[in-house]
Amino acid sequence: MLEISGYAFPNDVHVTWSLMIVMYPYITGFVAGSFIVTSLYHLFGRQEFKPVARLAMATSFAFLLVASLPLQLHLGQPQRGPSVMITPHFTSAMAGFGILYSFYLVVLLLEVWFVWRQEIIERAKRHRGLARTFYAVLALGTYDQSPEAVEIDHRAIQILAGIGLPAACMLHGYVGFIFGAIKANPWWSTPLMPVIFLLSAAVSGIALLVILYQVFARVGRRPVDAEAISALARWLWFFLILTITLELLELIVMAYERSESWLIISELITTRLEFSYVTVQMIVGGLIPFILLAVVVLMNRFLHERVRNTLSTVAAFLCLLQVFSMRWNIVIGGQLLSKSLRGLRSPYEPEAFGREGVLMAAALLIAPFVILWVFDRVLGIEEAEGEDGRGEAPGTETGSAPSPTA
Amino acid sequence: MDPKTQISPAVPSEEVDPPAGPTRRQFLAASVRLSGGAVVFLMGAAASPNEGPEKAAEVKGEAYNWDEHRYAYLVDTSKCIGCGACVRACKAENQVPDGFYRTWVERYVVGMEDSHVDSPEGGLNGFSPIQVGFPVTKSFFVPKLCNHCRATPCTQVCPVGASYRTKDGAVLVDGERCIGCGYCVQACPFGSRFLHPVTHTASKCTWCYHRITKGLRPACVTACPTGTRQFGDLRQEGDPVRQAIENDRVSILQGHLLTEPQCYYLHLDKEVR
Repeated sequence: MLEISGYAFPNDVHVTWSLMIVMYPYITGFVAGSFIVTSLYHLFGRQEFKPVARLAMATSFAFLLVASLPLQLHLGQPQRGPSVMITPHFTSAMAGFGILYSFYLVVLLLEVWFVWRQEIIERAKRHRGLARTFYAVLALGTYDQSPEAVEIDHRAIQILAGIGLPAACMLHGYVGFIFGAIKANPWWSTPLMPVIFLLSAAVSGIALLVILYQVFARVGRRPVDAEAISALARWLWFFLILTITLELLELIVMAYERSESWLIISELITTRLEFSYVTVQMIVGGLIPFILLAVVVLMNRFLHERVRNTLSTVAAFLCLLQVFSMRWNIVIGGQLLSKSLRGLRSPYEPEAFGREGVLMAAALLIAPFVILWVFDRVLGIEEAEGEDGRGEAPGTETGSAPSPTA
Repeated sequence: MDPKTQISPAVPSEEVDPPAGPTRRQFLAASVRLSGGAVVFLMGAAASPNEGPEKAAEVKGEAYNWDEHRYAYLVDTSKCIGCGACVRACKAENQVPDGFYRTWVERYVVGMEDSHVDSPEGGLNGFSPIQVGFPVTKSFFVPKLCNHCRATPCTQVCPVGASYRTKDGAVLVDGERCIGCGYCVQACPFGSRFLHPVTHTASKCTWCYHRITKGLRPACVTACPTGTRQFGDLRQEGDPVRQAIENDRVSILQGHLLTEPQCYYLHLDKEVR
């Protein structure tokens, strides 16, 4: 039952941007976040991320493939969706999506190809019949595995990572821009928005990898690399601190300035969003993982491996919750607030079924993991045994990071 | 130009559709008479922000020429009695779906300590008396509609250019191109837009573009019994709306957002946003 407190403009009582628009930044956040992790290794030579670098890249790729689906599902006229790409109206922030998305997709596809090229060749040689043809097509007809070719691969990967990192950041920062540049909505309109989106993307990406990496290690019967978990936890802590700081800063500035919208926004977060903002985003998803990760980072030396892994995993789950609630509070919260700045509508409850329902959202979240599984079956996410030394960041010392091979 | 001849509600129309007659003969006769409107319809249907003006220039004969008009809307809030005739006329004229509003009327009940604002069903059925818990010093009605802003954020954010501003000053939606993303709905600071529940495309006040391009006034203006709502052409010397905007102290809504609304208000109170 729709209830309005205060006065809302009569057209402002509809939540036009539904659960799908919550899913969209959540999913692209994983794309950017995991790419940041893979770049830490491929671009910045952080050896401690070597065990997760390939998984991170595959994750970014898997999520990118579904990233445009929530938008498409949300459109009132989905069959006209392609016109955003074919006839974009360039004054619109949204028109940039097609370009940024396609550009990043191409860069990521190329990078995935270079990283997995040896794997593809090996498999093309090993298989017979249809499978061989399939891998031969994937190999694009070149079977060159000479040291020179491998060296070229490395260089290409580095250059592509150099292009891919800003592209991933743009792709996600742009999502924040879509909201941040709406001057009609005071809950959205802040230049901090793209930055907050980007930082929380890093949080969600790293948090997901903390979990995924351990799951993959378990499934593949590989040991979990302590160094990698410590490093992921450290960076997760760092990005979480930045994210929460900026999220709070935005509010504090608004409150301190006593801006005209502060009255209604303070009502919004203390009534309609009390649970999802104060409880989930700030305490359960913010404060608690902050403390857990602080323990992992500051007392790392004293922690048993299992304690460290457990603490990191719990913190990572809470961080994933934090980022989801942040997306929810921004997207949905901004629509509970009327532009009359005099009223709020009752909380939005998404439908269970249907194009924009909870079931569809769950399917969208599961889809990337299915893609990852297929990816693993087809190419093998981790390097196969006895193929050590490939995909290393050039010019860096190895040693601290043991190979992920069993 | 006689407004009385065209008050009856039109058939269900697209944003800029001309009304169709019942028989072929009448239709043809009407087409000839209303050729100006028909031409505008054709222009509107094919309009994109970039190619529109050129197409208009190609039109031959005594066509409606949007270069000769620059429309503006004037609301004198001191005259509104909250009867809701305008909202009803708009709903009938434009087949506005239930629960959505191309125009609405707000009631302000204001005291020194507090204020109360409401708009039950957008003022569709008028307003019944209410009790408020504070001493009231003034009370008034404010009609609202799309402001047809000159620097409008809604056309700026449209990813496919389906929302556009015509040369005569109306902000319209091309229902054939709109993808229904809802970005314009979010970008409008006045809550003037909505996603149509049947067509799933953006919908809004058009100033009754199908009427004004035939020399008629918008349905809401025609229906207003007190002259609260006035519609004028800034390109016409001596137009009362133009004179009011030129000579009186007029206000606009949410001026700080710099959207340059083309709906002007007389006697606007500080409570109104």
